[in-house]
Amino acid sequence: MIPLQNTENSNYPASSPSSTMIRLKNIEKVYRTDTVETLALNNISINILKGEFLSIMGPSGCGKSTLLNIMGLLDAPTKGEVKIDEQKTGQLSDSLLAAFRNKKLGFIFQSYHLINDLRVLDNVELPLLYRKLSAKERRRLATEALGKVGLSNRMKHFPTQLSGGQKQRVAIARAIVGRPEIILADEPTGNLDSAMGSEIMDILLNLNQTEGTTIVMVTHDENMAQKTHQLIRLFDGSQVQ
Amino acid sequence: MLKNYFKIAIAVLKRRKFFTFISLFGISFSLTVLIVLTAFIDNGISANYPDTNRDRSLYINFVGLRKQLPNGSSNWNGSGSYYFLHHYTSMLKTPVKVAISSNTSATNTYVNNKKLVIGVKYTNDSYWDVLNYVFLEGKAFNIQQIENGDHVAVISEDLKNSYFGDVPSVVGKYIEADNVQYRISGVVKNVGVTNLYASADLYLPYTVSKGNYKDESFIGSYNAILLANSKADLPKIKREYDQLVSRISPGKDWDQLIVHADSYLETFTRQLFGGGTQRNSGFATFVWVTTAFALLFLLLPTLNLVNINTSRIMERSSEIGVRKAFGASSKTLVLQFIVENIILTFLGGFISLVLSYIILQIINNSNFLQNTALTINATVVVYAFITCLVFGFISGVYPAWRMSRLQAVDALKKV
Repeated sequence: MIPLQNTENSNYPASSPSSTMIRLKNIEKVYRTDTVETLALNNISINILKGEFLSIMGPSGCGKSTLLNIMGLLDAPTKGEVKIDEQKTGQLSDSLLAAFRNKKLGFIFQSYHLINDLRVLDNVELPLLYRKLSAKERRRLATEALGKVGLSNRMKHFPTQLSGGQKQRVAIARAIVGRPEIILADEPTGNLDSAMGSEIMDILLNLNQTEGTTIVMVTHDENMAQKTHQLIRLFDGSQVQ
Repeated sequence: MLKNYFKIAIAVLKRRKFFTFISLFGISFSLTVLIVLTAFIDNGISANYPDTNRDRSLYINFVGLRKQLPNGSSNWNGSGSYYFLHHYTSMLKTPVKVAISSNTSATNTYVNNKKLVIGVKYTNDSYWDVLNYVFLEGKAFNIQQIENGDHVAVISEDLKNSYFGDVPSVVGKYIEADNVQYRISGVVKNVGVTNLYASADLYLPYTVSKGNYKDESFIGSYNAILLANSKADLPKIKREYDQLVSRISPGKDWDQLIVHADSYLETFTRQLFGGGTQRNSGFATFVWVTTAFALLFLLLPTLNLVNINTSRIMERSSEIGVRKAFGASSKTLVLQFIVENIILTFLGGFISLVLSYIILQIINNSNFLQNTALTINATVVVYAFITCLVFGFISGVYPAWRMSRLQAVDALKKV
């Protein structure tokens, strides 16, 4: 059993983390243009356990989001290995990666990334479209997920009719509707005021505790980070804590 | 899944109304022009009243004489003479009947001192068997009357109404044309003006024509329709006629006689694309030219759509990123985009059908083409929808390919 590191808040005990869920080994990410080569991530190795809630902090441009995108298989590292639930992901084809993301991962973005042309319920259903489910079952699961984030009464609304906090709750419902084992949240409270931010954080913590979902969250907010099991700090692409 | 695509497609269309208008305008305008054109062509070439046996008929409407000269060639072209058409077609064994009739010529008649310009056609007796005229009263003149040179006539319903007014029967009455009195033997239902071989107001025996029908020169003002027993006999008749023509001497003044028994469409294509040569009916060229024209015509709105769609990809990068993040493969997204495009083009197709219907109704009601009803037929609709499908597919493929190459992480950053 790998011990938890930097568990700084004992008010939120871990939901018994055990084996490794995400393993990053010697990750390096280099962005190249014709003239410049930028090292965005430098030799990062992290183990994240099943059921763990990890936060990543650091100044703007230090590589937090890049790291999260690599964990979410949205971006490929220049060097190093990403293993998720013991599966090496480097060699997977586009369609296998897509299926893998669909099954294992849920994403929450700072700017929500809801599809404004679709109603709330259709937005939440989106990950289920890529599974073999009946329309009725999709509807049931999406309704249930919206219930969990307290938005049952906004199902027929369009995203543009919602407040920032409500939009982020819709995004959370969309991230959890497919019951993924991992949720990757990129500054989920970044665009919200502190009250709304706390509300969103409570939902995530609750999800981690009751469902045992592994959560990785990028944040600028020290208070939020303190509530998680493990905190990683990055500076100029390197892990400093 | 399809329902979701449909929702998105409609939402995207509603979001950018101006672009949607441009796209739909491009598609529907092009398709409308094609459908209306096809309706004209269809009306011109498909079997219609009274030429209902068109699929088992061959037409001789062109006779050419050519002489090779040191600095080019000398030509004399026209319709055939009555003698030429009758004399040689009567030697053919395969045709069941041969209708011979003159080109419709305009002549004057007077009703209550008011001049009436009417179309006159001179025919033989078989003409009335080969073409299925509907007689509203009376009947056609018979072979005996023709041979006697009787002044008898068949008139159209239009002429009956304008000459006699609203009377129950005119058979046995006389009508005057070019200062000659003709006794009416029958009245036929009107024929559309696009039906070149059958449209006229006054039909007379060829023997009463002022021209000399016994004149043995090749060129004249008559056409022939050779009616076969079945469609399968047409190639045989063509061969038989070609062999016969090859044995006819063009006379001392000419080197070559050019005349063919052609299908209805070939009579046009030979003159348009055949270049006057002996063998080439120009049909293949016609098919190529019309297909190329249609494709070129459809290429414009397709390129327009490709352009609009490609620029829209950037606009929709957040959606693309989200879909990729939540499990859509590039293949699935390509499919989604193509389906969206097909929905758009089908919408354009539907609008074009409505527009075409309105335009054809306006043309029909305006009497621009007398007694001709242009219609959208089922074949045209099917082709229009196939075109929509191809349209949607082609204009969706390139933008979809561009989109699928977009990395999820880049797509999400763009917002």
